[in-house]
Amino acid sequence: MRWMWIDRVVELVPGQKLVAVKGVSLAEEHLHDHFAADSARGLAAAPVMPASLIIEGMAQSGGILVGHAEEFRQKVILAKIGRAELRRDATPGTTLRYTATAERIDAQGASIKGLVELFDHAKPGEGYQAIGQIELVFSHLDHNMGGAGQTGSEFPSHNFVFGEGFKTLLRSSGIAVS
Amino acid sequence: MTRDAIFEKVREVLVDALAVDEDEVTAKASLVDDLGAESIDFLDIVFKLEQTFGFKIAQGELFPENVMKDPKYVKDGKVTTEGLARLKERLPHVDFASFEASPEIAKVATVFTVDTLVNFVENKLNKA
Repeated sequence: MRWMWIDRVVELVPGQKLVAVKGVSLAEEHLHDHFAADSARGLAAAPVMPASLIIEGMAQSGGILVGHAEEFRQKVILAKIGRAELRRDATPGTTLRYTATAERIDAQGASIKGLVELFDHAKPGEGYQAIGQIELVFSHLDHNMGGAGQTGSEFPSHNFVFGEGFKTLLRSSGIAVS
Repeated sequence: MTRDAIFEKVREVLVDALAVDEDEVTAKASLVDDLGAESIDFLDIVFKLEQTFGFKIAQGELFPENVMKDPKYVKDGKVTTEGLARLKERLPHVDFASFEASPEIAKVATVFTVDTLVNFVENKLNKA
């Protein structure tokens, strides 16, 4: 299973904004455990996208925005989730839309504000509804090993963050990548 | 901007970045020891101060990045006399008195208090 939690980048304003979508599908293995039926409590199965993976989708959107701004030379890693609020569940047959807006990108890292919206294909007239906000801080690993004066961990010299999975996503979204 | 007004805004930044209550953010509170700041929080604090006050903070201007990487300034896990002098020169907003007695590099982050941030903002706004 590839760890791609966004399907397509639909809009990219370099260094400023990235919008990506993700379709929630019953073919996703983990949905059958999240949540599985509980006969002891008389509960039917209720497949719901885990909030942690919604945050991951936003992190991938933000990470690509930040990485793209530096032509993917930097190892951009998610360092902090400042705040995450999600008010509705994303169920199979809905599409999530992530809008990552860069508040600040510099040599050490970046601060991203994220908006999560949901489109219910059973109610197309409602369009995308805002369901949450997520604030993220990314670190440029080679410039800022976590913060003020820390050293210690060894990381590979090649850019292990932006591998083939991401490159495929970018190419199929029409974004040039080497 | 008055020092009080600066303090109010710095407090808001810290409540936001560190998820602490307003009343925990006192002038002498240490960011690491009292408010639970971790290394990545320092980067978040820099970003939030920039947004709040509208200025840019260069790497190493608020927190001592570059000094700590130089082997002349750190020896056997302790900051050398030269290193300490350099720190004081580069970071006039920091009170290093308590650090001088036992200048272990691993503990340098503990000298940063809320006052340190207020001093920094005051200095920067006055220079503008």
